[in-house]
Amino acid sequence: MQNNLLICGVGGQGIVLTSKLIAGTAMHRDIPVMSAETIGMAQKGGSVFSFLRLGEGMYCPMFPEGSADLIIGFEPAEAVRMLPYLKKGGKVVVNTHPIMPVTATLKGSDYTGREMLSYLTEHVPDAVLLDGDAACREIGSPKVLNMIMLGAAVRCGVLPFSVEEIEETMRRTVKEQFHALNSRALHYEKRG
Amino acid sequence: MHKEFLMGNAAIARGAMAAGLNRVAGYTGTPSTEVLETAARCRQDALYVEWSVNEKAALELGAGAAYCAARTMVTMKQVGLNVASDPLMSLAYIGVKGGMVILVADDPGPISSQTEQDTRHFASFSKLPCFDPSSVQEAYDMIQDAFAYSEQYRTPVLFRPTTRVCHGYASIEVKDPEECEVHAPEGFVRDPSKWVIFPRLSYQAHLSIEKRNTELSGVFSEYAHNLVIPETAPDCRRGIATHGISYTYTMEALSGRQAPRVMKVSTPFPFPEQAALRFLEGLDEVLCIEELDPVIERELTYLCGKHHLPTRILGKLTGHVRAAGENSCASAAADIAAFMGWEAPAGTETAPPPPLPVRPPVLCAGCPHRASFFAVKEAMKGKKSVFCGDIGCYTLGNAMPLDMVDTCLCMGAGVNITQGIGRIEPDTHCFAFVGDSTFFASAITGAVNAVYNQADMTLVVFDNSTTAMTGHQPHPGTGRTMMGEVVEKVSIEAVLRGVGVTAVETADPLQLQEAVECVRRVDAQPGVKAIIFKSPCAVLIKSGKPVSIDPAKCTQCKRCIRSLGCPGLVLRDGRVAIEQSLCTGCGLCAQVCPFTAIGGDDHAE
Repeated sequence: MQNNLLICGVGGQGIVLTSKLIAGTAMHRDIPVMSAETIGMAQKGGSVFSFLRLGEGMYCPMFPEGSADLIIGFEPAEAVRMLPYLKKGGKVVVNTHPIMPVTATLKGSDYTGREMLSYLTEHVPDAVLLDGDAACREIGSPKVLNMIMLGAAVRCGVLPFSVEEIEETMRRTVKEQFHALNSRALHYEKRG
Repeated sequence: MHKEFLMGNAAIARGAMAAGLNRVAGYTGTPSTEVLETAARCRQDALYVEWSVNEKAALELGAGAAYCAARTMVTMKQVGLNVASDPLMSLAYIGVKGGMVILVADDPGPISSQTEQDTRHFASFSKLPCFDPSSVQEAYDMIQDAFAYSEQYRTPVLFRPTTRVCHGYASIEVKDPEECEVHAPEGFVRDPSKWVIFPRLSYQAHLSIEKRNTELSGVFSEYAHNLVIPETAPDCRRGIATHGISYTYTMEALSGRQAPRVMKVSTPFPFPEQAALRFLEGLDEVLCIEELDPVIERELTYLCGKHHLPTRILGKLTGHVRAAGENSCASAAADIAAFMGWEAPAGTETAPPPPLPVRPPVLCAGCPHRASFFAVKEAMKGKKSVFCGDIGCYTLGNAMPLDMVDTCLCMGAGVNITQGIGRIEPDTHCFAFVGDSTFFASAITGAVNAVYNQADMTLVVFDNSTTAMTGHQPHPGTGRTMMGEVVEKVSIEAVLRGVGVTAVETADPLQLQEAVECVRRVDAQPGVKAIIFKSPCAVLIKSGKPVSIDPAKCTQCKRCIRSLGCPGLVLRDGRVAIEQSLCTGCGLCAQVCPFTAIGGDDHAE
């Protein structure tokens, strides 16, 4: 049994920690885990991604297109950029709040993310759309987007563990002062 | 043994420590940086760790420690080895007493480097044994072997991972503390016949090095990490030779199939000839899947000639594998399918997506480099000028709208390139931009050269008190060492004055008008002059309150956006807005706005 995950977004959105929490939970359960992520110059406002694989018989942390069981997209266009990696029937969880690239601002283009979301829902009808910005405001911190996304991703049922198990890993790895806030974010579910 | 989830670079450091590492020195550079950082973070009393001022210094210090029978590691990225190549070539002849591993991380792609050079060539050029791990676990295991071979054969060895191994993570088997070696260096034993390089000694050493390498080729043919995996396809007379991360791509592509014979080369030099001959036996065709240069392909081609084998060797040289760039699971699968005559892996057949926003790396919101570039741009407006850049975050000053980097070559080159341009174009205002860490690493000689040879130029040092690009390492100007000591800061201004630059001014680039005037004043003077733009990296300081825009005053002229290109300035529904999550309140845009529409705390909302 293997799980291939792809977490993608823009530098600074907390993707690395998300990946670490999933890996830490797998370690705790004695499931072999590998990951690979963007490091270096590309982090500065660029597209970032983290490949994550759980299970036996893996050689490398990356996987080819058409192999991801789950894509966690922290930004609509970044989710679309990585969509070729999704395997048939794979799940997508995406934050609907777009992040403007500096180049779009310079050229005066008005990227809204809406065109990306309609493309996404057209190709992945059961994609979970989540307004991460609104959720952060509701929880009261702009820094919990990654926990909100992670909680929603775990609830998709692709990963072999529960939100509670992720929460335990979070408590083991993150500073205590952030525990309560992160827990609320992990358990956040859009009402209505 | 126990399991840990480690980054490849961390595994290398931990493996070296398990082998009794005594000292490590290096110069920061992606993708090698985390090796030394991990050693510093996990270090115990017996381990000394330093960021040296550059790779040459690090390697020479490593040599000294290894002469004392200490187990030493020197870390750098591939282009760093160019800087350290002078001591490297000679040290290969002198040898060492304690195990010495020179870790050089290669960067196929390249992802964060100037070149796609292949350190495996440096291994054969310098005649030093080289190890090439394919995974995080192998990196942990093989670095320990590297120390053992180094000490046994009294030679420095190269350890050459690539980016995907360095930055990949995996849950791996790690030794418990009581399983780790502890090594006590015996100290320096005076012996000029051994440690002083002379032509006669070099001649003798050359003979014994060649003999040793022939022996090592045999030893490496039995090395457990040089694998030959038998074919599972019946009567298959094809084979694949590969290495490093490409080996894992190959195995992923072959998994679940009737596979050809596979050879993984983990010691590209000295090449394991006997193992390769066993691999080649009975094969009609071999595909070499390599990154960077076709090293294995050339070795196998040579072996086929030497032994009159009929095997055809295919790869980069024959156009069967792409000559440049990094491999991937997909590229390896496609190359293998073409080679084996398998059906090509199916591509995804979805409709093309809407145009995706491009996200090139940019200077961060609040980055003082943006202010420095803009000040020089303003001051030199309408004047014939040239702006020579260098290696660091500030290379990003080349992007629109700043567009302030005309050249970038290698560490510390800008200060000399600008002199060269000045010699041909005496009417050009010649500038060189260099960061503080790069200044210490390799721009000081350029400054001395300029003074000595009477150049007419302005050296602009972007002093943000850190090595920002590679993740904020300390350097001589920061007053902190990797051992955690607080030391006297080396003053850039004092260094420049010391080498004879008389016109040196220090300015805060975020005070725009004063910064522009400073540039005009300094540029107007003859000879070599310098400006130190001093302002800390925006990532390291607590952000100020974001600025705000007064909608009554803002005319939507977009001058702020068009001149600065700050990610904190965005268009929202066609109107200029501040991205609150990014703005650090540096205030540069407020000073650029012609209508005083942007302001800080005291600004009318």
